[in-house]
Amino acid sequence: MTQVREQDVTANNELIAFRLGEQEFCVDIMSVRDIRGWTPTTPLPHSSAYVKGVINLRGAVLPVVDLAARLGFEPAEPSARHVIIITQVGNQTIGLLVDAVSDILTVNSGSIQATPNVASELARAFMKGVIAMEGRMISLIALDNVLTQNQSGQGLLN
Amino acid sequence: MDTMAAIKQTFFQECEEQLAEMEDGLMMIEREEGDLETINAVFRAVHSIKGGAGAFGLDDLVRFAHTFETTLDGMRSGKLEITPQIVKLMLRSADILADLVRISRDGGEMDETRVSQMADELSRASGAAPAPAPAPQAALEPVVAFGDGQVDEFGFAPTPVAFDFGGDTAANEPETDEFGFAPVKIDFDNMLADDGAAGNLKGFEIAFAPRAELYAKANDPLRLLRELGRLGDMKVACDASQVPLLGEIDPEGAYLTWKISLETEADERSVREIFEFVEFDCDLSVRPVREGMDEATAEDTVKAVLAQVTAQAAVEVVAAPAIAPVVFAELAAAPSPAPVEAVAPVAPAKAPASANTQAAPQQAGQQPGATIRVDLDRVDRLIDLVGELVINQSMLAQRVTEAGIARLSDVAVGLDDLEHLTREIQDSVMAIRAQPVRPIFQRMARVVREVADMTGKSVRLVTEGENCEVDKTVIERLADPLTHMIRNAIDHGLEKPEDRVAAGKPEQGVVRMIAAHRSGRVVIEVSDDGAGINRAKVREIAVKKGIIDADAQLTDAEIDDLIFAPGFSTAATISDVSGRGVGMDVVRRSIQALGGRITISSRPGHGTTFSLSLPLTLAVLDGMVVTVAGQTLVVPLSAIVETLQPKAADVHGLGEKARVIAIRGSFIPLVDVGSVLSYREDEADPLQSVAVMVETENQTQCALMVDGIIGQQQVVIKSLETNYGHVFGVAAATILGDGRVAVILDVDAIVAGSRQDAARAEANRKRSAA
Repeated sequence: MTQVREQDVTANNELIAFRLGEQEFCVDIMSVRDIRGWTPTTPLPHSSAYVKGVINLRGAVLPVVDLAARLGFEPAEPSARHVIIITQVGNQTIGLLVDAVSDILTVNSGSIQATPNVASELARAFMKGVIAMEGRMISLIALDNVLTQNQSGQGLLN
Repeated sequence: MDTMAAIKQTFFQECEEQLAEMEDGLMMIEREEGDLETINAVFRAVHSIKGGAGAFGLDDLVRFAHTFETTLDGMRSGKLEITPQIVKLMLRSADILADLVRISRDGGEMDETRVSQMADELSRASGAAPAPAPAPQAALEPVVAFGDGQVDEFGFAPTPVAFDFGGDTAANEPETDEFGFAPVKIDFDNMLADDGAAGNLKGFEIAFAPRAELYAKANDPLRLLRELGRLGDMKVACDASQVPLLGEIDPEGAYLTWKISLETEADERSVREIFEFVEFDCDLSVRPVREGMDEATAEDTVKAVLAQVTAQAAVEVVAAPAIAPVVFAELAAAPSPAPVEAVAPVAPAKAPASANTQAAPQQAGQQPGATIRVDLDRVDRLIDLVGELVINQSMLAQRVTEAGIARLSDVAVGLDDLEHLTREIQDSVMAIRAQPVRPIFQRMARVVREVADMTGKSVRLVTEGENCEVDKTVIERLADPLTHMIRNAIDHGLEKPEDRVAAGKPEQGVVRMIAAHRSGRVVIEVSDDGAGINRAKVREIAVKKGIIDADAQLTDAEIDDLIFAPGFSTAATISDVSGRGVGMDVVRRSIQALGGRITISSRPGHGTTFSLSLPLTLAVLDGMVVTVAGQTLVVPLSAIVETLQPKAADVHGLGEKARVIAIRGSFIPLVDVGSVLSYREDEADPLQSVAVMVETENQTQCALMVDGIIGQQQVVIKSLETNYGHVFGVAAATILGDGRVAVILDVDAIVAGSRQDAARAEANRKRSAA
């Protein structure tokens, strides 16, 4: 699987920030293809708990990952207010189920700090760093890790 | 892609067609169904390849094609007797030619010794010393051919290219030279114009006759002539003989023609470029003048050849009375496309093309071809889009129903029409991808030859139904399994020649390959007339390899089926040909991956038949839509035998958990789809379920329990692998009318997962839960 686009370190990064429970996270805007309201998914047999199932996006079948569950939080109870962020990771298109999109940020890569040591092992595996902004702390999600944590190169399962 | 590369690509595409035609012809000759025309067709194919290869400087190809052609010419002229040995030699040469073409296209190393050996053999056969044919001459050769009495070729059996002489004189088809059905008009120009192929170019003889349209479009011949003058020294002669008397003159008519002799360094293209904007509004001929060939002789040559063609044509008329003599008279007098209509019936090789020509005989400058080449990606994109259209259409229909709009309202009626249209579009688009199985059958002919050579068996391949059309992807993915099956049929199936004779069979074995459409699927049968499956031996091996228990009770069909078991190989000695560990299990798996099934039947002493049943397309599937644990699933209709409502009296427990259902006296295992797919923990109550009887690839039956049946529907297959990965028990996904995704069951996996292979399912479940 190819790597998600890495921005030039000195450049300003545009990020999409979203909420999972009380916490704020963000992903690189370049990997975001679409943002949609929650639509019921079709569960897949034998799938991990964090895979909510698959949805139809303009004729393509793509999986929706409950990001909260993936990070080891309480699994989401999807409602109409939940949002699916469609992201492109390598050759695959994947939906991330989040509580709400909160912001679009422009940050200098210099202001991305290393993930503090206190976070859980699981959560840290998916975080590239944290950003301090107006008193908030926003964690930058490494999308490729979200997918390849189990097994490299094979998508979410297998 | 630059123009040259594009032309080259076209050349290779045409090579493939020519190779196919060549192979076809040779096979016909082998079956002794060929006549002189068949040999001619083969000759033409090889000749075209040579001509094109010469233009691209593919010397190896040209050299071999030339040798091949020489031998074919011997056959054609009757100098060389057509014996089975010669035909075999031809077929092997054809293989080498095909290899050379492919290597020229894809790069790679050709086994030089193989080529030269074959070339020597060919030369010996044709009784000539190995004749090196230098590449550059190839392009010129047709001219020579005219001179030495091979004109007959042009007298009958024109191929479609010959119909091209209507207008596009600049056609740069590599093989134009050869099909100079009407050399009178254009082909000569091209032949002689072939870049520096002969003599040094001195200049051009140009005849320019504007038509009234040229003037009507405000073009001025004077300016064109002035432009031409810039290219070099020019002598212009105006022919005013056609100008009528003043009283008869049409002020807007065109009466003047010019003859220009131009001495120039420039090539023909630059000359033609000047006339680019008027080329359809004038009669233009540009004839190169070469050194050592003064104008007078050039003209004489043309005249001489013309005379010869006409004379030859007259002879031909006697030989083939189907051609009205008048055609040739016309041809010589007025080389217009009109005679094509009359000649068309004698060009059976390319009937559709000629038919097309008949329909539109005078579309100046247009190819009469009935086909176009389209990038496969574009077709696939179109298919995807149509798939989405179908989904969208059914979503719309559902929304309209939900909105409570009356069935007979205009909206609903319009929607019905839309549905018909989308179905039709979908069918038509699918048809674009459909291809005849012919090429793959031809490839198998080669496999047969090679394997027969290797095993020392004499084998005849009989094919039927080559025109059966199947999706291109299916065809492509059939090559390996079919190759394997053919190899097996010859290596394992057919007996050694002496054994055959002892068994009272002809020494030559027969392998049959038959394709046919049967109820929406294509069935391909590969059969041999060998000894059939040695069941005792198969059983013994299966026991030895631990595939079955020594005391297992198996029917004949079950024993036959064992050869599909992984790790099974019957060859006592591992031969070059088969028995390399990849067995029939690989074949079965690749056929299954195509959504097909393979079955075997064998009669001791009479042979073995494998039959493949394949879907016509991989893009849509007929499915039964069912519900399981609140989920909507699709079961491929091809696997379903029947559906029924289990009755309490028929359901029996067997062991701890397993249950069977009694149907017409036999007990069929009941499988709860919901629990196999981990949609629910507890097994469903059979009495509350609907049993869908399915048959798996290995002919075992199983009853799948589902909660309810919604209906039958054609569904568009969507890959789950693209964005996710393979899921156990799921073949693919689809999008239903409500826009939601439904999974398509992999019936075999589910049955396997529930039965013999429960352990694997368990492992899979654990793995995915981790």
